[in-house]
Amino acid sequence: MRITTTINGKHRVVDDVWEGESLLYVLRERCALPGSKNACEQGECGSCTVYLDGVPVCSCLVAAGQAQGREVVTVEGLSSEAQLHPVQQAFIEAGAVQCGFCTPGLIVATHDLLERSERPSEPEIREALAGNLCRCTGYEKILDAVGLAAERLSAPEGEAAR
Amino acid sequence: MDFLQPSTWAEALTAKAEHPGAVPIAGGTDVMVELNFDRHRPEALLDLTRVSELAQWSVEGPAIRLGAGVTYARIINELGCRLPGLAMASRTVGSPQIRNRGTVGGNLGTASPAGDSHPALLAAEAEVEVASVRGTRRIPITEFYVGVKRNALEIDELIAAIWITPPSGPQQFSKIGTRNAMAISVCSFGLALHPDRRAVGTGIGSAAPTPRVAAEAARFLADALDEAGLWESRGALPRSLAVEFGERVRAAASPIDDVRGTAAYRLHSLAIMARRSVSWAWTDYRKAA
Repeated sequence: MRITTTINGKHRVVDDVWEGESLLYVLRERCALPGSKNACEQGECGSCTVYLDGVPVCSCLVAAGQAQGREVVTVEGLSSEAQLHPVQQAFIEAGAVQCGFCTPGLIVATHDLLERSERPSEPEIREALAGNLCRCTGYEKILDAVGLAAERLSAPEGEAAR
Repeated sequence: MDFLQPSTWAEALTAKAEHPGAVPIAGGTDVMVELNFDRHRPEALLDLTRVSELAQWSVEGPAIRLGAGVTYARIINELGCRLPGLAMASRTVGSPQIRNRGTVGGNLGTASPAGDSHPALLAAEAEVEVASVRGTRRIPITEFYVGVKRNALEIDELIAAIWITPPSGPQQFSKIGTRNAMAISVCSFGLALHPDRRAVGTGIGSAAPTPRVAAEAARFLADALDEAGLWESRGALPRSLAVEFGERVRAAASPIDDVRGTAAYRLHSLAIMARRSVSWAWTDYRKAA
């Protein structure tokens, strides 16, 4: 079947989609967007987290056809060509990226958290990231990265660039 | 495989009548797992996410009619005060991503004994509104679960809504899992005090082939509260009564050993969850005086 959807702001028409396949498969295998990772395929790990109409979801649990006419934003859509998003930059600087497999999902989940809450408390961060597993178990650095990103995003202009 | 995408409830019912083998899909948190692992290949998927009626809730007289497609996240955000037991259960579902997609309608469709919403629905004495092209009917929640992952739906029926009356007293929900997030329940327990009719509602999860009530335990507690005049006096709950209630809830369960826990552990933890739940709920009841 054919799926028409908006992905990272671009109108996309995707053909030959199997009716039972996931949005994750469409993104990775048909749209050349391999940022969202395929790990558990059962919603346990959060590596495939994307925004669907502005709401973070596991793209492995969205049937491709359910994305018809919707707006999808993946980790690739958070950065501009020239610059990483502050959340992405913070993950790199804090050493929160090890094998990298969980990173895209954590970036989207963190991005969503910081959209809703400017300076989240640690329990709030842990709750917001509870659906994202890191197989390297590098959670402390991930918490550091969220804190760093929150600090920079909430700092007044200019101070953040310091 | 067909992908059916009705945009109205009437279209959805027609599609289900014409394709009885079609598997309804809302949040996909159960259905897509089956497909991803190739455990099941239905003749069609019936996507219900375009049917806007399903994603609405409304106040209908004394009750709330909760559309089958309202997500857990919305129950937590929009109905936390009105349906406290169901909201407590909803907070324990999966993760933020799962709660953004998963629905009570889906939980009922899957009818797993481990579904988190079931004990809360049982304790609140909810009703499930189901429909087909033949008409609409309401099924008491105690008659909805008919076997392991089997419910009372006819082959052409879809779940429309859940009817729940906001409680006249406190509600509680407890769940044992291996961690706080992303945990399928080892066992769970829902409790509702109904002081308006001096009744007690219960719901047991993951400790029998289906979610079930502990009817005898509930009657015992309600009668004991009645005899001691505690519904009116709101006096302290005797510990012995809470303990005995826990034991009777335990007696209502018939769990098995499986990968998540042993039957013995489930029975033990159920007795404790029931005892604690009634203690917490009774404290709330006394404070509300």
